[in-house]
Amino acid sequence: MKGAGSKPGGSPVATSESTTALLRELVAHLRQNRTGLREEWARRITEAKLLTAMTKDEVFAEATSVYDNYVEALETGTFEALQAYARNLSERIIPRGVQTDEVVGIVLLLRDVLARSLFSRYHADFDKLNRILDAYEPAANRIAITVAVGFVQERERTIREQQEAIRELSTPVLQVRERLLILPIIGVIDPQRARQLTEQLLRGIRTNRARVVVIDITGVAAMDSNVANHLVLTVEASRLLGATVIVTGLSPEIAQTLVNIGVDLGKMNTVGDLQGGIEEAEHLLGYKVVPVAETGTPAP
Amino acid sequence: MEVPILKQGPYLIASVQSALTDADLLQLRDGLVEKVGRFRSRGVIVDVTALDVMDSFASRMLRDIAHMIRLRGAETVIVGFQPEVAFAMVQLGLTLEGVATALDLEEGLAFLDQKIKGNERGQGPRG
Repeated sequence: MKGAGSKPGGSPVATSESTTALLRELVAHLRQNRTGLREEWARRITEAKLLTAMTKDEVFAEATSVYDNYVEALETGTFEALQAYARNLSERIIPRGVQTDEVVGIVLLLRDVLARSLFSRYHADFDKLNRILDAYEPAANRIAITVAVGFVQERERTIREQQEAIRELSTPVLQVRERLLILPIIGVIDPQRARQLTEQLLRGIRTNRARVVVIDITGVAAMDSNVANHLVLTVEASRLLGATVIVTGLSPEIAQTLVNIGVDLGKMNTVGDLQGGIEEAEHLLGYKVVPVAETGTPAP
Repeated sequence: MEVPILKQGPYLIASVQSALTDADLLQLRDGLVEKVGRFRSRGVIVDVTALDVMDSFASRMLRDIAHMIRLRGAETVIVGFQPEVAFAMVQLGLTLEGVATALDLEEGLAFLDQKIKGNERGQGPRG
């Protein structure tokens, strides 16, 4: 993009000193027109219906600090401060549902607004305009990339943290009676989660000395054949540890999946809902739930 | 290493202490099938807590032992599978169908008591 060949009139190659000088001139221009350009930019943002999650005042306040950081990055040629600012900004706006295309959109809008102001200022001197743009464009593109990458990285970090949190919350193994565990599963089971479930369940059987386990999958809407197979393996592995597994709450879709992949249902002990599953488990363990009135002794 | 077979009341207990060669397994099978008749045992417990690998030959032997003991008129229960071993086995399709399993020696004894003596001993969970 930058080179002698692209310039009309074949002016000499701009040295780095002249680039610096041009950038300094550019920065001075941007500082001078700060108010007008900032307003123009905020107006364009509103027009393009970007950042709709934020109020007008907020947009203007953010636009001001982005503008100042932008000009500073142009002036100093260092991007660390801008990077830190972009990360900080992303941290604040991601929870409010701001999308990647909006962030990229506003930075590109700013680039266009500033370029237009350069056009109108230097339109008389075409050669100078060209050289100014030569200095401006690479820096502006780099700024756009820095901000966009900062936003995406921040968002990925947020997603990773949330996944981690969900993973930790997702596999409780609960003891409801002596020797009786329940394992409620809610949400989508991916292969990794399935592996984790199995691991936790088998470990739970050992540490709680469980004889019966109720796996409740009422909260699972669908599972693919891999996961269904994994579930069957878990049931069989539990049996090797001496525990009987009762699966409850199979949805019609999952029932179809299990039949379609040809699972041997003889090995699977299934009961309609969690209540029925716990009753069945109590029966297997030899418990009988009796109302207090019938036992003749007050409940402990 | 040969597996010691201990007599405990009406039961035989074979406690595997280390990794087994195929020859050890055959010896264990022959020893159990012979002793279950000699001691007129009612049940057999094979404890595999110490094993952290279980190949297809070993699991086939365990299944064969259980079936043979049943033909000799006693019950078998395999106890003490490690969680990792159990899952690796089912992944390889070694599910020991028709063989009773229990968590550990204590559970295995409780299982046999319940199975063989029925209610006369009143074992198992309170009901």
